[in-house]
Amino acid sequence: MDSLVPLFVIIPLGIAFIIPLIWQVTRGVFRFLPGAGMLAMAVLAFFMLFNLGGESIVYKVGGWEPVNNIPIGIHLVADPLSLMMLIIVNMIGLFAALFSIPYIDKYTGENYYYSLFSLMVAGMNGVVLTGDLFNMFVFLEVSVIASYSLVAFGSSRDELEASFKYQVLGGIASLMILFALAMTYWYTGTVNIADASEIIRSGTGTGTAIFIQLFLLTGFGLKAAMIPFHAWLPDAHSSAPSPVSAMLSGVLIKAIGAYAILRLFFSMFSLSIEIGYILIILSVLSMILGGILASGQWDYKRLLAYSSISQMGYVIMAAGIAMVVLVRGQDAGIAALAMAGGLFHMFNHSIIKGLLFLNAGAVEYATGTRNLKELGGLASVLPITSATSLGATFSIAGIPPFNGFFSKLIIIIAAVQARLYLLALIAVIMSIVTLAYFMKVQRHIFLDKVKSARFAKVREVPWLMSLPMVVMAIMCLVMSIMIIPGVRDTFLMDAVNALLSIK
Amino acid sequence: MKGMTIIVKNVTALLAGLVFLYGCYIVLHGHLTPGGGFAGGTIIAGSFILLVIANGIQYFRLKKEKEESSMFEGAGILCFLLLATGGLLLSVPVFFRNLLPGGTPGELFSAGVIPLYNIFVGIEVAAALLSIFLAFVIYKTEE
Repeated sequence: MDSLVPLFVIIPLGIAFIIPLIWQVTRGVFRFLPGAGMLAMAVLAFFMLFNLGGESIVYKVGGWEPVNNIPIGIHLVADPLSLMMLIIVNMIGLFAALFSIPYIDKYTGENYYYSLFSLMVAGMNGVVLTGDLFNMFVFLEVSVIASYSLVAFGSSRDELEASFKYQVLGGIASLMILFALAMTYWYTGTVNIADASEIIRSGTGTGTAIFIQLFLLTGFGLKAAMIPFHAWLPDAHSSAPSPVSAMLSGVLIKAIGAYAILRLFFSMFSLSIEIGYILIILSVLSMILGGILASGQWDYKRLLAYSSISQMGYVIMAAGIAMVVLVRGQDAGIAALAMAGGLFHMFNHSIIKGLLFLNAGAVEYATGTRNLKELGGLASVLPITSATSLGATFSIAGIPPFNGFFSKLIIIIAAVQARLYLLALIAVIMSIVTLAYFMKVQRHIFLDKVKSARFAKVREVPWLMSLPMVVMAIMCLVMSIMIIPGVRDTFLMDAVNALLSIK
Repeated sequence: MKGMTIIVKNVTALLAGLVFLYGCYIVLHGHLTPGGGFAGGTIIAGSFILLVIANGIQYFRLKKEKEESSMFEGAGILCFLLLATGGLLLSVPVFFRNLLPGGTPGELFSAGVIPLYNIFVGIEVAAALLSIFLAFVIYKTEE
């Protein structure tokens, strides 16, 4: 099984570069190629997760063995957390790739679209798999540069502006991350995460470590769009083609933002109360401001983009709670609970927000607009879109049988147990605000009376677009089973243990 | 753009081949001397760019040229990936394994597959830089 690990990078890279070469021959078939590749990788990741049983694989690229216990090559590390992220990335990628087939038909240069899409997935798979800091940076650049081009894919004025803004801020973030990596290399003499963590944790230079962490937090905070680093996200995520928005909001900000923050701060650096409080403050800001800003939007996708900021706040807050609990020396069980809630919410949010962006894409595809003031009464003409959107709304707002309820509940319980009552209160209030602005979406798009005669001829979207939406809506409900102890242990707690190193 | 004077055209016609050869030299000696696939590829792309600048954009059928260079770009990186995957498929399954014998350090035919990697990287970089340049030249007037 060890030799299967690099397949997660080989498959999407191969697809990305084979598509432009053979596109002219039989284009009809090759539109399904990215989806097929991602299905294979999602199945593979699932298979590996069940077969590993909480262990992790360290794969040495090129067969370079460590010399005097100092690793010299690039290591790929497949532990339960990376495998869980791989499942998220490739599953949402599969749905978005299927949705793209009819959606992207109206654009020119489809082959480049599929190529860039696969490249973005290759980058994200690399980021979550790698055990090497510099390799992480390289894969991160692969995925964000592909996403810059995808945001600008429609090449109208707004899209180019959004892409440019994204490039400038993304460039600053990459520079910060590179600088932090250089500092780490200077301080530890290695870029291997496991090796660097031993040196940092046994060393005395806590000041240096905090300095590096602040740079990393700024860099990855920009990638994860935490407030106050969020300026690029609403433009970029609302301008991109909808399946790409689903990828960006659903997985990109998690895989290269939140995942990197969790992985580096929990596995590499020694935990510190300062960083814990910074994470909590940034996340609370993101939750509150993201939610309030979302409430005022009249552009469907822009509202969803602000909502992503708000929901990512929950994930980072859970990480902050876990860190504060561990540093204070409280029960490690509380930290594990908080982290489980955070990871569960990350998983749920990627499905929910992927689905909501696909809904937005379907509405835009059918009606040609995404302005809430123009739309209305689409529930009767777009039944599938409307029903799946309602499911996602209930899920993200935390209505009981849906998965969003359980993940938010776990985070709130952990906050109460950690005696951070204010955070629990804020999480509850923001959940209600979330319900409010998604009810606004439901009312103005699906429920209100029809405002314009031109929507009378609207038809339901093609089956390739509705199939992913239906599957994801079912998953919103079914993923609640992760709360059942047996499932939770294999899927969630192993990932938490891999991150917090609790056995 | 009509291109530059006859002096420039003739001099670049003489120089471009030398620049191209120099790029090939850098690529092939990537494992022995400073440079390698990326640096050599840049120089190879430079020789083509030199010709385009000197002779003007009307002189060549640039759109066809760009399609071809895009194709080479894809092919170059695909060969690279195949070579890396070859290490995974043959005998000991390790990604990026050095398949070929090492040879004597310092000779041209040494270091196993690294010269091959350099050649593919050189093709990829040359084609990519040329594509970028041609894209700027071709699409500069489109709104």
